[in-house]
Amino acid sequence: MLSRVADSIYWMSRQIERAENVARFVGVNLHMRLDLPPGVTEQWMPLVITTGDDAAFSERYGAATRENVIQFLTFDTDNPNSILSCLRAARENARGVREIISSEMWEQLNKFYLMVRDTAGSARARELPEAFFADVRMASHLFVGVSDATMSHGEGWNFARLGRMIERADKTTRILDMKYFILLPSLSDVGTPFDDLQWSAVLRAASALEMYRKRYGRLTWEHVIDFLLLDHDFPRAVHHCVIHAQQSLHAITGTPFGTFRSIADRRMGQLRSDLDFAMVEDVIGTGLHEYLDSIQVRLNGIAEGVFETFFAMRPAPVLSAA
Amino acid sequence: MLFGTYSTDGFFDELFEPDGRPRTGAEPLVRKIESLSAGELLRRQQDAERTLLQLGITFNVYGDGGGIERIFPFDVIPRIVSATEWDRLEAGLKQRVLALNMFIDDVYHEQRIVGDGVVPKEILMSSGAYRPQCHGLKPPRGVWCHINGADLVRDRDGQFYVLEDNLRCPSGVSYVLENRYVMKKTFPEVFEASSVRPVVDYPSRLLDMLQSLAPVTVTQPKVVVLTPGIYNSAYFEHSFLAQQMGVELVEGRDLLVSGGLVRVRTTQGLERVDVIYRRVDDDFIDPDVFRSDSMLGVPGLMDVYRNGRVALANAPGTGIADDKVIYAFVPEIIRYYLGEDAIVPNVPTYVCADPADQAYVLAHLEALVVKTAGGSGGYGMLVGPAASAKERAAFAERIREKPRDYIAQPALALSRVPSIVDGGFEGRHVDLRPYVLFGEDIYVLPGGLTRVALRKGSLVVNSSQGGGSKDTWVLAHKSAAESKLHQAA
Repeated sequence: MLSRVADSIYWMSRQIERAENVARFVGVNLHMRLDLPPGVTEQWMPLVITTGDDAAFSERYGAATRENVIQFLTFDTDNPNSILSCLRAARENARGVREIISSEMWEQLNKFYLMVRDTAGSARARELPEAFFADVRMASHLFVGVSDATMSHGEGWNFARLGRMIERADKTTRILDMKYFILLPSLSDVGTPFDDLQWSAVLRAASALEMYRKRYGRLTWEHVIDFLLLDHDFPRAVHHCVIHAQQSLHAITGTPFGTFRSIADRRMGQLRSDLDFAMVEDVIGTGLHEYLDSIQVRLNGIAEGVFETFFAMRPAPVLSAA
Repeated sequence: MLFGTYSTDGFFDELFEPDGRPRTGAEPLVRKIESLSAGELLRRQQDAERTLLQLGITFNVYGDGGGIERIFPFDVIPRIVSATEWDRLEAGLKQRVLALNMFIDDVYHEQRIVGDGVVPKEILMSSGAYRPQCHGLKPPRGVWCHINGADLVRDRDGQFYVLEDNLRCPSGVSYVLENRYVMKKTFPEVFEASSVRPVVDYPSRLLDMLQSLAPVTVTQPKVVVLTPGIYNSAYFEHSFLAQQMGVELVEGRDLLVSGGLVRVRTTQGLERVDVIYRRVDDDFIDPDVFRSDSMLGVPGLMDVYRNGRVALANAPGTGIADDKVIYAFVPEIIRYYLGEDAIVPNVPTYVCADPADQAYVLAHLEALVVKTAGGSGGYGMLVGPAASAKERAAFAERIREKPRDYIAQPALALSRVPSIVDGGFEGRHVDLRPYVLFGEDIYVLPGGLTRVALRKGSLVVNSSQGGGSKDTWVLAHKSAAESKLHQAA
């Protein structure tokens, strides 16, 4: 597969996943504000901090009001990580590889983009934001489903999954981190309905509440961390994402598991084995925020490795004439 | 929906005789359309448009805020060409492409045609499409122009004329295939009754032709389509053809020359490329040989090509044969190389570089269409009858300044096809672009792109100028249709 094509597929997939996760952040906050106890005000700044774009936001918008944050994260085309910007970039990438992806994938992405673009500035964006963010999540799921059902599970598909899993792992760590920013842990809140509310919001942001309940029943923060970070089977858990990212990476290179030929293989394998054998006590011992931070840094390292191994366009070594 | 009040208004109509009866071969279609309620026909038109939109069949418009996507407007009433008419067109197109290929080969070798005084040397040398870098090139089997189109029009008398030649990888064939796909969904019943010749095998024929160009030592040639990228107006087509042929779509930055071969960068390393169907203009394919500022090409490509280790379709330099001034000489060119008269004639053409012609053109601007020699896409032309006195005066000035750049032709009364306008039928002017492949032999696709000027009275069919398209139905001979039935039974 062409390096450029692989690069486009990988980023198309990451950008769609990113758009979906922004919708998750916003959607959950919208939901949570309705359940806030009296005297507690809505908090929107943590969302911006979670995405890592807080400097750009403060400079251009100032106050972190609901309207400002939603506009910035959803429709602002000057914010490269807004939902609309992500989808526009994903669509440009898809357009460059239209003959590689299935036409159903292109159609779904096209509809997805048009839906968001046409909502920007409309009455619907102001009146029914929750329903809109649910539509964004569903449109992203549809794209993934359509990809799985219509594209051969070969190299291109594996690059798409690799990108999606790296992006999702990163975003799940940020969803978990939201709790850190929303309220500094206060002993008096632990175990109160308010604490429960916040942890259930975190789980809901990852569509994890129901699956969590099946696994653990009661909400305890240790279990929530365990579930979102270390669960093997839950599709948005970081561990699960890394397992599947690694499978795709090895399917692409043909490198046997447990060995490496490239920097991408090696970094991925190291993170995978750490997560395979990690326990929630390790996470708590390190400090949740610090632990999440280190995972993000390592995921970035993997992404750099993928770029170096497959996409870097430096002059190729001269091969002997055939 | 009835054609009751539809009038051909004195133009040649592709579906109706002047007395209002359907032409031979158009009866099943006309009967079907008349059997549908107005609402049903409009619904089918909307369905067809929606299908095209969802397929993302769009083109970009230059000079319009950096690549705005548009849907190519589509009208569900097809244009029909009878089997006998098509036979003649097919023979004429084969003849024309054969002669033009001999002309190109001659231009870049001995230039006998200049020596024999048929085409003036200064006309050749002053053409913007003449590429001295191509001198002495020997493309496989001497074929330069592998993928060709010609723009055909019909005048009021029903006679087909060649309006322009396109020997630089003309675009539009993807619309032919997609339009047909949509039409089969729209009027499935009529296809069965009308014995329309299929166009669906074009991508296979294109691939066969391209593979046949590969160096003989290569057993499994790797073919790629080279595109300028997603901002090109025809990007959809590049992508579509690559997909239909099952080959890779590459940009210049994906390719490099090493070890005397063209190679493509892949996730598994470098791979050899044998045939490049390039949709990048001559000027941009190799910055070492043509424009040095090109970012779209591959440095060193022409060296590999000269050594016969990669094939290019079309060969560089073919644009000389569709220069609009050279066009005026094509009937002579055919006579010179083949000793035959042109089967499909040219539109009478005045060459402004010729003093007598120029005087005539300047005196009759209000009745003529003036075109730039190197222009395409409907840009830089004057439609005399529709232009204001001021516009005509400005154009006259440009002609006097640079006569070599202009030709003029009488404004033809282009034939029309009924089209759906505001819920009713109105005649709209059309042209026809057939596609011709030249590899081991010459193949003419039985169909083509019928472009339609959707603005009332307009004669300009280019997509960039408010044109749309229609499906083109070339009918099979009765006997062929019968033999098909026998086979099916």
